[in-house]
Amino acid sequence: MDPSIDRFWFWLAGACYFAGLALGTSAVLRRRAHSRGIMNAIVVVGYMLHTYALYLRGVEVRGCPLGNQFEIFQFTAWSATSLYLVVGTTFRISLLGYFTSMLSAALTLLSLSVPAWDAEHRINVFGGNAWIEFHAALALFSYGVFGLLSLTSILFLLRHFSLKNKRLDGTFAFLPSIVDLDQIGHRLLITGVVLLATSLLVGASWWMRNPGGVNPVKIAVTASIWIAYAVALTLRLRGRLQGKRLAKACIVLFAVALLSLSLITPRRPVSGPASVPSQQP
Amino acid sequence: MSSPDVSPALFVVGASHQTTPIDLRERLALTPEKLAQLHDAASRLAGLRELAVVNTCNRVELYGVATDANAVAALEQEFCRLSGLDPATFATIRRLADGSDAIRHLVAVASGLESQMLGENEIFGQVKSAYEGAQQRRSVGPVLNRVFQKAFQSAKHVRTQTAITVGQVSVANVAVELAGTIFGDLSATRVMLLGAGDIGEKTARAFQSRGAGSLTVASRTLARALELATEFGAVALPFEQVGQRLHEFDILVCSTAAPHAVITHEAVATALRRRPAHPLFFIDLALPRDVEPDVATLENAFVYNLDDLARIAEHNRAAREAEVAKALALVGERADSIWRQVAPQASGRIEPR
Repeated sequence: MDPSIDRFWFWLAGACYFAGLALGTSAVLRRRAHSRGIMNAIVVVGYMLHTYALYLRGVEVRGCPLGNQFEIFQFTAWSATSLYLVVGTTFRISLLGYFTSMLSAALTLLSLSVPAWDAEHRINVFGGNAWIEFHAALALFSYGVFGLLSLTSILFLLRHFSLKNKRLDGTFAFLPSIVDLDQIGHRLLITGVVLLATSLLVGASWWMRNPGGVNPVKIAVTASIWIAYAVALTLRLRGRLQGKRLAKACIVLFAVALLSLSLITPRRPVSGPASVPSQQP
Repeated sequence: MSSPDVSPALFVVGASHQTTPIDLRERLALTPEKLAQLHDAASRLAGLRELAVVNTCNRVELYGVATDANAVAALEQEFCRLSGLDPATFATIRRLADGSDAIRHLVAVASGLESQMLGENEIFGQVKSAYEGAQQRRSVGPVLNRVFQKAFQSAKHVRTQTAITVGQVSVANVAVELAGTIFGDLSATRVMLLGAGDIGEKTARAFQSRGAGSLTVASRTLARALELATEFGAVALPFEQVGQRLHEFDILVCSTAAPHAVITHEAVATALRRRPAHPLFFIDLALPRDVEPDVATLENAFVYNLDDLARIAEHNRAAREAEVAKALALVGERADSIWRQVAPQASGRIEPR
C-alpha cells in the first residue's frame, strides 16, 4: 500500500476539523450561536475519516499506530474527538464542539505539516504483545481525555471571567453554566486518572517481567504525568484545588503532557516509508 | 350568525395598553362569564359570521368576519355594555382595522411586538387560548381558522428569525437567568430571600416559578418572615441565623431596609470554605446595599446588585428593540401571504366610523 494514502485521509479528517473550527470562529466573530447540528455533523464526518485513516495506518504498521510522533498526535486527537462525541452530546455542552474541532485540527494539521514526525514508520512496534499495545492505546486515550478536560477548563475560565466581569452577552451567552462545567471537568479528571492508572498498571506488569526492555525516561515521564493529575484530583476531592486554579492547572498539565510525548515515543525496529509496502502481509 | 350576500370583511376592534390608561384597562378585561355572554350575544347578531376574542389584562381585541359594518358596531356596543364602559369613551381608545391590516396586527400581537414588554412569550399562549376557546364555542369558521393558524406559524417564525425574545428584560427574570448561567439546572438550588422588599419578593417568586429547589425567608421580624414563608410555601429562618447558615444556600436574594451591609466579607469567606466546590450567588436588590462590595473579590462568590441587573435588562431591551424593524418586515411579509389566502373569502371592508 502506498504510505501516502493514509496521509491523504488524515488530511481530509484535518480539513473537517478545520471546517468546524472555521464555522465556530465565524459564529464567535458574529456573536451568534453556531448550529450544533452542523458542528456535530462536521465533527462526526471528520471522526469517521480519522478512524479510517488510523485503520489504514494500523494495517500498514501491523498494530495500533503509536510508533512515531505523528501517530501519537493523531491518536490523541482521535481520542479527544471520541470523548467529545460521548460527553458533548450527552451533556449538550455549548461551544465544546468548537473547541474540540480546534484541538483536533491543531493536533492533526500540526503533525501533518511536520514531515519529520512521520519519516519513520515503525512496524509491529509492540512486538505482537497485545497487552503492551493495550497499555499504549489506553495511555494515549487518557491523553485525549485530558485534552478534553483542558478544553472544558478553558470554557470554565471564560464563564468565570464573564460572570465576574458581568459580560454575559455575545459569545459568552452561549457558554454552559459554571457548575455544569465544573462537574464535567471533575468527571473527566477522574476518568483520565483511572485510564492512565490502568494503562500504567498494565505496562508495569510487563516491565516487571522485562525490566531492561523499557526506557526509564519513558517510565519516569508517564508516571510523573499520572502523579501530577492524581495530585490535582486528590486536592480537588479535598476541596484544596478548586475553580480557576484547578482549571489553570489542568490546562498547564495537558500542555506538559503534550510536550512530553516526544519523550515517550516507542523505541523499536524502524522502517522508512519506502520500505513499508514490502512489509505488508 | 347569518350569511348575507354582502362580501364579508375580516376585522379587529379593541383596545390595549398602547391606547388605554390603566384605570380604564382594569375595566376592559372580561370575566369568563362576561366573555360567554359576549359570544352568546354575538351569535345572535345578523351580519357577524365569525368571532374570536383575545382577552388579557393588557388588551381586549375582537377578531371577526362580518358582512355588515353595523354588526361590528353592535358587537362593540355589546362589549361596552358588558364591560361597563361608556361607548363614547371606548371610541376614544379603540383601534379598528380590517383586511390585511387586521392580520398584520394579529401576527404582531402573537409575536410579542405589541406587548408592553417587547418580545414577551406569554402573549403567544394567550392568543392561542383565545383561539381554542373560540373553536370550542364554534364561533370561528374558515377565515379565522386559517388566519389564526397561519398567524401562529408566522409568530413562531418571527420569534426564531429575530432576536426579539432573546435575553430577559425584567430585573427579576434577569436574576433568574443569571442563576442559570451559574447553576444550570435550578431544581437543586436553595434560595434564601433576605428581607421583605417588594422587588425581592418578585424575584423570589420568579425563582419559584422557574422551579428552584427550595425557598427560605429571613426577615428582621420573624413574624414577617413567617407571613412571607406561608405565602410562598417556604421555610422561615430567624434573621440572626443567616450568617452562620449561609453555606446552606446557593442563591441569596437580598432586599432588606438595613442602613448598612448585612452580608459581610468574613461571613461569605467562612461559608465558601464550608462549600468549596459550590458557588454562592448574591442578588443584592437593597439600597443601601446588603452585601459588602468586597464579597465580589471572593473567587466563588458572584455578586450582582440592582444597577447590574438593571443594566443587563436595559441592554437586553435595547437589543430587542434593535430587532423590531426586522421583525416588522417579517410580520408584513407573512401577513400579506396570509391575506392572499383568505382575501377571496373576506375581501370586504369595514368603513371607519
